[in-house]
Amino acid sequence: MKIVVLMKQVFDTEAKITLDGSGKINKQGVSLVMNPYDEYAVELGLRIKEKLKGEVTVVSLGGDEVQSALRQALAMGADKAVLVDPGTEEIDEFTTATILAKAVGGMEYDIILGGFKAIDDGSVQVCGRVAEILGVPVVNVVTQAEVEEGKAVATCDIDGGSAVIEVSLPAVLTAQKGGIEPRYPSMKGIMQAKKKPMQKIGLAEIGLDAAQVAPKVKALNFFMPAARAAGKTVPGEPAEAARELARLLREEAKVI
Amino acid sequence: MAKGIWVFAEQRDEEIKKVTYELLSAGRKAADALGEELCAVLMGRGVGSLAGKLGEYGADKVYVADVDALENYTTDAYTNVLADLAKEHQPTAILLACSVAGRDLAAQVAQRLGTGLMTDCTDIAMEDGQLVFTRPIYAGKAFVKAACPQARPVMATIRPNVLAADAPQAGRAAETVTVSAGAGDIRQVIKEIIKQISTRPELTEADIIVSGGRGMKGPENFAILEELADVLGAAVGASRAAVDAGWLSHSFQVGQTGKTVSPVLYIACGISGAIQHLAGMSSSKCIVAINKDPEANIFKVADYGIVGDLFEIVPLLKEEMKKLLA
Ligand SMILES: Cc1cc2nc3c(=O)[nH]c(=O)nc-3n(C[C@H](O)[C@H](O)[C@H](O)COP(=O)(O)OP(=O)(O)OC[C@H]3O[C@@H](n4cnc5c(N)ncnc54)[C@H](O)[C@@H]3O)c2cc1C
Ligand SMILES: Nc1ncnc2c1ncn2[C@@H]1O[C@H](COP(=O)(O)O)[C@@H](O)[C@H]1O
Repeated sequence: MKIVVLMKQVFDTEAKITLDGSGKINKQGVSLVMNPYDEYAVELGLRIKEKLKGEVTVVSLGGDEVQSALRQALAMGADKAVLVDPGTEEIDEFTTATILAKAVGGMEYDIILGGFKAIDDGSVQVCGRVAEILGVPVVNVVTQAEVEEGKAVATCDIDGGSAVIEVSLPAVLTAQKGGIEPRYPSMKGIMQAKKKPMQKIGLAEIGLDAAQVAPKVKALNFFMPAARAAGKTVPGEPAEAARELARLLREEAKVI
Repeated sequence: MAKGIWVFAEQRDEEIKKVTYELLSAGRKAADALGEELCAVLMGRGVGSLAGKLGEYGADKVYVADVDALENYTTDAYTNVLADLAKEHQPTAILLACSVAGRDLAAQVAQRLGTGLMTDCTDIAMEDGQLVFTRPIYAGKAFVKAACPQARPVMATIRPNVLAADAPQAGRAAETVTVSAGAGDIRQVIKEIIKQISTRPELTEADIIVSGGRGMKGPENFAILEELADVLGAAVGASRAAVDAGWLSHSFQVGQTGKTVSPVLYIACGISGAIQHLAGMSSSKCIVAINKDPEANIFKVADYGIVGDLFEIVPLLKEEMKKLLA
């Protein structure tokens, strides 16, 4: 079974966000981690490999800094990594998906896994777009999946509950937290990861040019949320405070 | 020329979701500004009778695709119908709810139409003759204003509860257009649907949320939050600490790796206010914090705070609310 995992490196969830001199998101000094949902995708990929034999290839789009997250995936047990550098910062989800689909399209794959959402500027669309470009079905927000040769049965979140969905392979599945916990890389895994192949490629190598991947969406400006006005501490003994809070919510905030 | 602002009318169990009315109200303003029509696209089985409501909330035209294959949402069936319809009529924009189905559908349709998509938007405006969308990024720690200057249709999913729905106009009727196209080949085979049986509203749609964290001490104690929630008609949420402890399932988690919510009122009980939790709820209109630690971070974002023991305060608050709402 050939398993491909699409993995994005993102800002640590602890990161404080600021704007730089040109009004863009400041990337200086921010620590980077593997997108938490992609950890589930890597884990799912490894479990499929352990059950059915095969190979896990982790593919990411980004700059050189992404190698650390790719090494982490290799240390967890993935077999090889591919890093595609788009060569520009001017990208949107259309760009990302077009490039990833082209890179993956040139590989052998039975199943493509990703996170359902990137927690940075993610927008829950890259994997779906990749599926659409490759002409394979997608099942999103998967919490658990049973994969066999030729098919996957996935439990996924839907509005108001969950659903069990079967698809023929190849297919794209996007992972949500749920049934499985991602493993930590072992010491041995970390050592082995250093020797595993990491291929770095650019657009030309996969046969794309900048015009084909020009973004559809344009960011006009970035801004920080307005600080919330200082709140009130409702004083008094519990009974008194509860009564006063109820009154404030009704009369002042008018929310009940 | 591309024409029309379209709204994907989300329904479940033959009921239009409230967010659809929010989208219609925003879409109405955009359509009027552009001098175009506002259309709703209604899909499902046995949903035709819902078209009237969409007219009352501002739609000029309702495309109704009412076939067996659309009874339950599947990516392929809904994508095929919506994308074909959009190819035929070339709308200017398509707005969808940022729900599980809405964002699933939006990504597929956007790619099939070769266009841009902005998701989880919290505002729409007309600026220099184009639709501009505001969306939170880094889980609400920053915002970006974005547009899709050339590709059409412009597509966006909008977060429920952030845009106001205008009052319906009784008797205002929309033209109904029956969509004849089939749902096509559906590769996602539904084996089972497990509905979460709850009398409470869904977290992302709720006007009021009562949330508990590690301070709840154990799953059994969530009963006191549920009682308060029932008095308020609220949903129950949780911090990741409560979810990781196994007290509630992940579907209750609020935060950067859980659900993003924007209720009118969010009551955080025994939650410290970690940055990842705030990311999911700080766009709530009014935040109440009940925590015994006066230094807890949650008080920095709270409009009203009570420093004290939640096990004393929550039951008292429930009684006060009962009296007020009686
Ligand atoms: C990658 C990543 C993603 C994350 N995503 C999320 C997320 O999506 N959502 C999320 O919530 N967290 C998330 N977290 C976890 C987050 O960092 C915090 O650990 C978590 O939010 C803490 O939950 P808590 O506030 O319930 O617990 P604590 O921080 O332990 O706070 C408990 C609070 O309860 C108060 N308390 C205790 N007893 C009482 C009492 N009797 N009466 C009143 N108050 C009392 C205490 O004073 C304390 O403030 C994430 C972390 C990481 C690393
Ligand atoms: N730059 C990227 N490189 C590799 N995978 C990506 C990239 N961006 C997004 N993805 C994949 O798409 C998923 C959803 O991202 P998004 O659509 O941006 O929320 C991520 O969890 C990854 O699996």
